[in-house]
Amino acid sequence: MLSCKETSHLISQAQDRELGIVERMQLELHLAMCKGCSNLRKQMDFMRSVIRRHSAADDDTHSDH
Amino acid sequence: MTSPAPDTLKVTPEALAAIRTDMLRFATMQLRDSHLAEDLVQDTMITALSKAAQFGGRSSVKTWVFAILRNNVIDAIKQRSRTVNAGDYIAEGESMDSAFDTLFKANEHWTPAARPTDWGDPEDALREQQFWKVFDACLNRLPENTARVFMMREILELDSAEICDTLSISMSNCHVILHRARNGLRRCLESNWFSEGSPAC
Repeated sequence: MLSCKETSHLISQAQDRELGIVERMQLELHLAMCKGCSNLRKQMDFMRSVIRRHSAADDDTHSDH
Repeated sequence: MTSPAPDTLKVTPEALAAIRTDMLRFATMQLRDSHLAEDLVQDTMITALSKAAQFGGRSSVKTWVFAILRNNVIDAIKQRSRTVNAGDYIAEGESMDSAFDTLFKANEHWTPAARPTDWGDPEDALREQQFWKVFDACLNRLPENTARVFMMREILELDSAEICDTLSISMSNCHVILHRARNGLRRCLESNWFSEGSPAC
């Protein structure tokens, strides 16, 4: 069973690389049982969408490169 | 004469002037140097005008110009990062890591006070002007080198391999730095914006 600390690293890395199947299973298992870490994942998803929206040229630079 | 809208179909000085503020904000955020940002935006505008004939109208002028700006920003970051070495990241990371460690009990699970809360519907925050001020302030509070890696990933949308390559850091180091940045930003938002959010159960 992953600790919350290890889980926070995996949640972050999931935004940067493809996790292995074992990592994914461990992560999902932990998230299913831990409200704090599942909130953490939502927070990190939120930050990503906010910062991309914030920095993009309004509505249309995202896909175009 | 009609006044030019921001998204005209031609690359004209007026069209560029209309998006200049947005370009400056974008470049300043990445570079944390308003003079360098000014220079880059100026160069980008000159390049855009000189290549105006190449603009095919498949995207908006703004999108097209921002692609040029983005490349200029990446080049500037590459030049700057030559003087940054692995030790600089470690130095910045130490205090962030010890702050992070205090969020956990001895068994590495969250302390009750530090457990991440439910931020509710993100759209609610985005509708409030004040949120963006807090968000910018929190971004600016990240240490410089850590923030640069984070911006390269999230704003320039480079993948971690490109970032490692550009900055000459290892992939695992890159992941550690990104985690640090995300956690720093998250904690800052949590205490300055979401502090009265519903407690986690």
